[in-house]
Amino acid sequence: MADKTYDVIIIGAGVVGSMVARFLSRYKLDILLIEKDSDIGMGASSANTAIVHAGYDPKPGTLKAEMNVLGNQMFDQLAGELNFSFERRGDYVVAIGPEEFTKLEGLRQQGLENGVPGMVIINGADVRRREPNINPEVSGALWATTGGICDPFGVVVAAAENAVVNGVTLMTDTAFQDFIVEGRRIVGIKTNRGDFNSRWVVNSAGLYCDEVMHKAGVRPEFKITPRKGEYYVFDKAEITINNVLFPVPSATSKGILVTTTVHGNTIIGPNALEIDDKEDRSITREGLDEIWQGALNLVPSLSLRYSIAEFAGLRPGGNAPCANLDVKYNKDYIIEIPKEVDGLVNLGGIESPGLTSSPAIAVRVVELLEGAGEKLEEKPDWNPIRRARPRFRDMLPTEQKLLVENDASYGRIICRCENVTEGEIVAEIHAPIPARTYDAIKRRTWLGTGRCQGGFDTPRVVEILARELGVSPLEISKKGKGSEFLVRPTKDKEAE
Amino acid sequence: MLKERYDVIVIGAGPAGLAAAIEAKKTGAQDVLVVERAQELGGILQQCIHNGFGLLIFKKDMPGPAYAQHFIDELAGLHIDTLLDAMALNVTSERHVYATSRTSGFLELDTRALVLAMGCRERTRAQIALPGTRPAGVYTAGTAQRFVNIEGFMPGKRFVILGSGDIGMIMARRLTFEGAKVERVLEIMPFLTGLTRNYVQCLLDYDIPLQLQHTVKRIIGNDRVEAIESVQIDKQRQPIPGTEEIIPCDTLLLSVGLIPENELSRKAGVSLDPVTGGPFVDEKMQTNVPGIFAAGNVVHVYDLVDWVTQAGLLCGRNAAQYAIAERKHHGRRVKMKAGDNVRYVVPHVLDKESLAESAQRLQMRVTLPIEEPVWVEVMNGEERVTRKTELYVRPGEMVNIDIPQSAYDAVQRASELSVRVVRR
Repeated sequence: MADKTYDVIIIGAGVVGSMVARFLSRYKLDILLIEKDSDIGMGASSANTAIVHAGYDPKPGTLKAEMNVLGNQMFDQLAGELNFSFERRGDYVVAIGPEEFTKLEGLRQQGLENGVPGMVIINGADVRRREPNINPEVSGALWATTGGICDPFGVVVAAAENAVVNGVTLMTDTAFQDFIVEGRRIVGIKTNRGDFNSRWVVNSAGLYCDEVMHKAGVRPEFKITPRKGEYYVFDKAEITINNVLFPVPSATSKGILVTTTVHGNTIIGPNALEIDDKEDRSITREGLDEIWQGALNLVPSLSLRYSIAEFAGLRPGGNAPCANLDVKYNKDYIIEIPKEVDGLVNLGGIESPGLTSSPAIAVRVVELLEGAGEKLEEKPDWNPIRRARPRFRDMLPTEQKLLVENDASYGRIICRCENVTEGEIVAEIHAPIPARTYDAIKRRTWLGTGRCQGGFDTPRVVEILARELGVSPLEISKKGKGSEFLVRPTKDKEAE
Repeated sequence: MLKERYDVIVIGAGPAGLAAAIEAKKTGAQDVLVVERAQELGGILQQCIHNGFGLLIFKKDMPGPAYAQHFIDELAGLHIDTLLDAMALNVTSERHVYATSRTSGFLELDTRALVLAMGCRERTRAQIALPGTRPAGVYTAGTAQRFVNIEGFMPGKRFVILGSGDIGMIMARRLTFEGAKVERVLEIMPFLTGLTRNYVQCLLDYDIPLQLQHTVKRIIGNDRVEAIESVQIDKQRQPIPGTEEIIPCDTLLLSVGLIPENELSRKAGVSLDPVTGGPFVDEKMQTNVPGIFAAGNVVHVYDLVDWVTQAGLLCGRNAAQYAIAERKHHGRRVKMKAGDNVRYVVPHVLDKESLAESAQRLQMRVTLPIEEPVWVEVMNGEERVTRKTELYVRPGEMVNIDIPQSAYDAVQRASELSVRVVRR
């Protein structure tokens, strides 16, 4: 066992774990953030609808509703400090036909109960004017002005990077195996890379949070049921939707959206299919057909001809009842210091709107620690600002020219569709949280996400990664060990 | 050293671009530039090390790099500028080109005629919405070809190829040469989509099975491809239940079609044919935007490189002729400038040759009134071209002066004429 004792170990570097690390990094604490995968944010945080929800959707009185609304309010400041892409452009719940229109007022009332400001019901003509491609049978919409879109993985990177720069230690490829317990107190964790002592452990293990808390004997009845959501992504040159368009929600789901991303692509999805396998992110014919039909109901003019990508994400759906027993709801968030053990901050069931809620959850974790008697002392040199790195494609020609003059590697385009340069790739490989796989670079730079889906850039990125990491191209992988691109040199190469 | 303005800029140095540049120069274009994103000329031909090129043009069977080299050598002898490892980022309808490169920096160039020769790209897994997991080991045939033939690495050991396109069949043979096992080529159509000669030489000769009316039902494996599930389909392209088969493999290659690459064309305002995916062109290979031409796979996908070369030659010739006409036209035009006490002159530009037809009237207004006789003078620098007198001039009253046909020779010497109104 290592001699060192951390103040806090955070299990799981998704958006919640990274945000907790970032908010805790403000205090004089020795923090370790561990992640079982090869990179941060590879779970639910990297495959979702990228929406900062207004908060009219969760059931009033739930922790989910509270975190959603509080989290939403934090995004302007957070985006300003951490420099991730965020646009508060509002969202629309679109009613098709007269019957759905009657449901909008109920949704608005629910939003008011949750404390959502700035909601307006507009008529069909207004919706058509704002979104000309909308189903002509549109009867109106609930316009929530505080809704927004962001780069969800960008949020994770920004938060985790800011945490690391402020002294948090990050270990990837490090999987939690068990707690080390003395009496009723957790004093550390066992991982595939050794044991680590700690005074506190935060469970932010996402899809695996149930297994983690069960190891501590907490909430044995709690279970995560992964709920798969599939998506289509469209070519931004061919299809442009201006807004975030929700259908009128059903009892079980917010429904299949047609929305736009901060990268300019229209995306449609997700469906909601409960599955058993926590790693099954496969796309299915049936799922794609389902989201296609759902999307056509909102925007009939969509064409599959212009689809350039499909993906699936897993929501870590839990079965925790609402802490307020007057509220009948059994999919609430868990944010607690459980009574069964000492030294654990337990987070569970953080499904949608988890991205939106994540900063509010982080603040709540800080409050829980203070409430448990932890004397949190601020670091005098804590830096809340995380600077963004240059993004060539978002610049004006004059800015691009300047960038290339300063560093010629920004003059070499590696991804032809999204115009990502060698300079950007190299910067990510040597960033505070190094990108060491193809997908890690893809999620950070948006390379390989366009029409050719990496057909052009993949060999070039493999070459750059190998060069910068000082390893053979044979060691370069898509997403970590076992996903290497290449198996051996050709006969000619070997002969050389 | 690059120039700021070219007669012809060609974007892409594949077979179409090389031919267009060569022919443009031979036709009389003064300055020709080829912009290429790779580090060498030749485009995709450099990774096509198999034979099958040049039968039409050279009457012999050549590998891709040799075919390309013929044109690269010719280009070098013609003093055509090249900009390698450079990406054209944007092109305006006025043929203003933005490009960037590691070695030459960020560039803005103008050209009298532009040739679009960006070629095509491969359809991907996503475009055919292939179900299953998203592991490493799913490549388009062209990407795999680059790994093997350019980078010198094998992307797998055990392959299934979806699509009987030419690149897929050629890669089946190439991978077999390298000791890999190609389990199967699956084709969703009831017929071969590539050339029969490739079927014979690449599949039959190496006992690689081809299954028509079969497709991939799903991809299996989380980190790396572990298998694919194939399925037979009926005439309506629906899967036939019970025909599923799990084929263990570590790599799936896709040879499922090519799409003309026209992102730049679109930025320049070029209209695209939804059927071909390429620009609408006339018999000169000119697009709807005057002075912007297109050739090769950027227009529609060809079977044979020789035909691409021929399209490039035609296009290059016409682009050069357009540029020459532009240049001549440009030299014929003289700017009209407002001189002393003149606010403006219409027309702003005068075709020198117009004086061969008739006298040309200029109309103007003065800035300040002069209540005494004045000269209205048309000047080429210090040389007077013509003049007339007015008893007075006032800003409220338009002034006319005709340049007579007798001034033809004087006007030919000018690049700019100014008009002034001065006291007599």
